[in-house]
Amino acid sequence: MAATLQNPLGIHEQALLVRERRAELLAQNLANADTPGYKARDMDFRSALAAAEGQRGAGTLRTTQARHIAGGAGVDGAGGAEVLYRTPSQPSIDGNTVEMETERGAFLENSLRYQASLQFLGSRLRTLTTALKGE
Amino acid sequence: MSLFKILDVAASGLAAQNVRLNLTASNLANADAVSSSVGGTYRARHPVFAAVYEAAALEADGAPGATGVGVTVTDVLESKEPLKADYHPEHPLADERGYVYRPNVNTVEELANMISASRSYETNVEVINTSKQLLLRTLSLGQ
Repeated sequence: MAATLQNPLGIHEQALLVRERRAELLAQNLANADTPGYKARDMDFRSALAAAEGQRGAGTLRTTQARHIAGGAGVDGAGGAEVLYRTPSQPSIDGNTVEMETERGAFLENSLRYQASLQFLGSRLRTLTTALKGE
Repeated sequence: MSLFKILDVAASGLAAQNVRLNLTASNLANADAVSSSVGGTYRARHPVFAAVYEAAALEADGAPGATGVGVTVTDVLESKEPLKADYHPEHPLADERGYVYRPNVNTVEELANMISASRSYETNVEVINTSKQLLLRTLSLGQ
């Protein structure tokens, strides 16, 4: 989505939120690397971002009574994204499906992309500031 | 901000791995602590890890939601392996039949356990460091 004056930050704001959620999931996998029976989880970034975007585009319905039906897919921004279980390449005997190397790689990749989103957001903000100053 | 939750999750991992390292140290330190009775002999102790789901994070069908899964040590169990009975009638702690009892600590297993725990600990420290950097960079956004 191109940046306009109505939506100056473009898609990067949502992307940052989804990256943050994914970092949390990966950190949980790493913390539970030795927990028997723990199943590693991750999210599909493309569909998560699409869900976050669609939700914002459609606008969420506000309920004022207990019997109202809640609108939108999820409750909070990127939290409505579907969380999936990872398929292990080498399952372990205690039922744990966390593979340290995969998770570390994914965490590193995710944090780099988070920083990329931060850079994009920063430059958008600088552009806005320049436009506001009108110098 | 879920980056703050990452710090909680990684800290729970640090705490759990710390308990594991502590028990390994205790097992190794007591590996040669002989005793004159079966009941009084040290037995190898191991932690039981479990994932902690926040009550609010559970979905309607009880499946884990997307947020807040830390790790905790629910229990510390003593090993069921049989003790080693050695025949040393001259030993000051020998019982009336001349036996002393050694702990059922498997030193090789404990060392492997220690390496695994320290690797997991390092990974959690790395997660905390990365999250800290991301948080600091987010704070300086727009400056």
